Amino acid sequence: MSEALLEIRDVNMHFPIKEGVFQKTKNHVKAVNGVSLTVNKGETLGIVGESGCGKSTLARTIVGLLEPTSGDILFEGKSILDLNKKQMHGLRRDIQMVYQDPFSSLNPRMKAGDIIAAPLKAYRMTENLEQRVKELMDLVGLKAADYNKLPHQFSGGQRQRIGIARALALNPKLIICDEPVSALDVSVQAQVINLLEDLQKELDLTYVFIAHDLSVIKHIADKVAVMYLGKVMEMSDSESFYKHACHPYTNALLSAIPLTDPLKEKERQRIVLKGELPSPANPPTGCVFHTRCPFATEACKQDIPSLEAKGDAGHLVSCFYPMNVEKKSSIVNH
Amino acid sequence: MLEVKQLKTQIDTNEGVVKAVDGVSFTVEAGQTVGIVGESGSGKSVLAHSIMQLNPVPPTFYPEGEIIFEGKNLLNLSERELRKIRGNEIAMIFQDPMSSLNPVFKIGDQLVEAVLTHQKMSRQDARARAVELLTDVGIPDPERRMNDYPHQFSGGMRQRVLIAIALACNPKLLIADEPTTALDVTIQAQILELMRDIQKKYGTAIIMITHDLGVVSQMADKVLVMYSGRIVEEGSVEDIFYRPSMPYTWSLLRSLPRLDAEAHERLINIEGQPPNLVSPPKGCNFHPRCPFSTEQCLEVDPELTVRGDGHFAACILSGQEFDSEKKRMEFADKKGVPQ
Repeated sequence: MSEALLEIRDVNMHFPIKEGVFQKTKNHVKAVNGVSLTVNKGETLGIVGESGCGKSTLARTIVGLLEPTSGDILFEGKSILDLNKKQMHGLRRDIQMVYQDPFSSLNPRMKAGDIIAAPLKAYRMTENLEQRVKELMDLVGLKAADYNKLPHQFSGGQRQRIGIARALALNPKLIICDEPVSALDVSVQAQVINLLEDLQKELDLTYVFIAHDLSVIKHIADKVAVMYLGKVMEMSDSESFYKHACHPYTNALLSAIPLTDPLKEKERQRIVLKGELPSPANPPTGCVFHTRCPFATEACKQDIPSLEAKGDAGHLVSCFYPMNVEKKSSIVNH
Repeated sequence: MLEVKQLKTQIDTNEGVVKAVDGVSFTVEAGQTVGIVGESGSGKSVLAHSIMQLNPVPPTFYPEGEIIFEGKNLLNLSERELRKIRGNEIAMIFQDPMSSLNPVFKIGDQLVEAVLTHQKMSRQDARARAVELLTDVGIPDPERRMNDYPHQFSGGMRQRVLIAIALACNPKLLIADEPTTALDVTIQAQILELMRDIQKKYGTAIIMITHDLGVVSQMADKVLVMYSGRIVEEGSVEDIFYRPSMPYTWSLLRSLPRLDAEAHERLINIEGQPPNLVSPPKGCNFHPRCPFSTEQCLEVDPELTVRGDGHFAACILSGQEFDSEKKRMEFADKKGVPQ
């Protein structure tokens, strides 16, 4: 296999909860709790989870917007946490981010062209600036004539294209896409996903693609990781993941996606999870999922399952009772 | 039970008059679930708000059409008469459970208010009814939760409370405007299951407005597909999902990401953007994005025509013509994939 571009080693991100006059730390919100991931060059890692599972926090630690409480993040084999300000500035060229909301992530008073030019100016790459911006606009399917338009004159899908062009401006190696299509309409969503796929091939990019929708991930990811309450529940390459998903949570997520086939939809049985996401300030003891898991036993309440290979090589699951193929096919039939 | 006839809702804006709903007709029968699907800006929410007349007047006005609910035209009723129907016979659930509850009142008080507005009973009875409602929508420990404030509830729980408020007076019709869009998939599954149970128990008719075709396939008996303020296709769920007869419905279904797709399978997208409703395109509204459009589509504005029992589509192509075009397109797609 190709070399690792990004390695996340046992990263913890705990936010203190402060109370009282002296702002004494009472507790911590454990947003990311011991996550280890590897992303190889040219690959797309999909991270899936519900709101509050820590996926966006993880993204922010990767781009250096947050400094993790403990753990290490390696980019091209070098730790990014040891870098000084100047070195970090250099590194930010290589890691860029595309945000979820194309409405609030663009400055409403800046012209589209200037938004895309901003990173180039920040790195003093002002030679042939306008030429380069127009190239970028062409690359993401915007008209060069749109250079002087303001963000509100674009539709949601086009705004997301501006965001993508801005992320591409500095020829990054890694792009973190934080729910880039979840604010878009279905017909436009397909356009943006196809664009991201094309760009990856053309520019040899590596993506970390965060989403809450497993069917979107299926179309773009090589590797999938499912997060729940700051922990990775299941991780594997995409093929094995969709064929042999064996964590009960993953299967509940899969079965919660409504199908666009009314007959199959009526026939299939679902795992409807009881209850809601527990607070990350007081996560449950043992397996964090046991409070909602339909198969939980006493052991799950006490012991923490480790993320280890079950079944296929490289298919990691954090569960004492992973669901086997027979058990699953009786419940999830798509 | 509800019959909407040639309804037009228009909104005055700085840029001109927006035809948000442009000649829409449909019926809802007792106990039925009607799904209305469309992208943002297709007019589906304005349509829902028009039925309850919740759009502010002005800038909104209703130049044409009738909304007949149990023999009365709602557009002719006075504000006073309308208030007797709103929340009592027709109730509504809104998209955003975070902003639909008043943050400074206790959940219990908001429920009791909903009950007392339309029903004559003592405060004590109303409270008992409120507890019963909370139990019905699956809120654990309802007695205690009555004294909580909205911020103490999670998103899914708040949506349950809103459903309880909507059910307070046993409405005959429940209009749900994107009830699960703001929720996570696992919570969405819970809420949809709850709505199905409620319908079984109370026999309420539901109008389900959503952009998610999956939700519609799970919930609806009848589906209306909206595009730029009009209904472009109407039919049973089977008609819409297995025999779509309007190029928009067909393209939309094809563009969805699917769980049974091959890894990295390329999505088939619909070119272009939804039209501007101030100056919609001439002829068929969908023609600039339609893969089958011809010169004729620029001139003819197609009406809904019969495609089967209870199945209507607005397209100049006949069923047969559309089928052969579809086949040609699917064949070209297969050949076009570079592999």
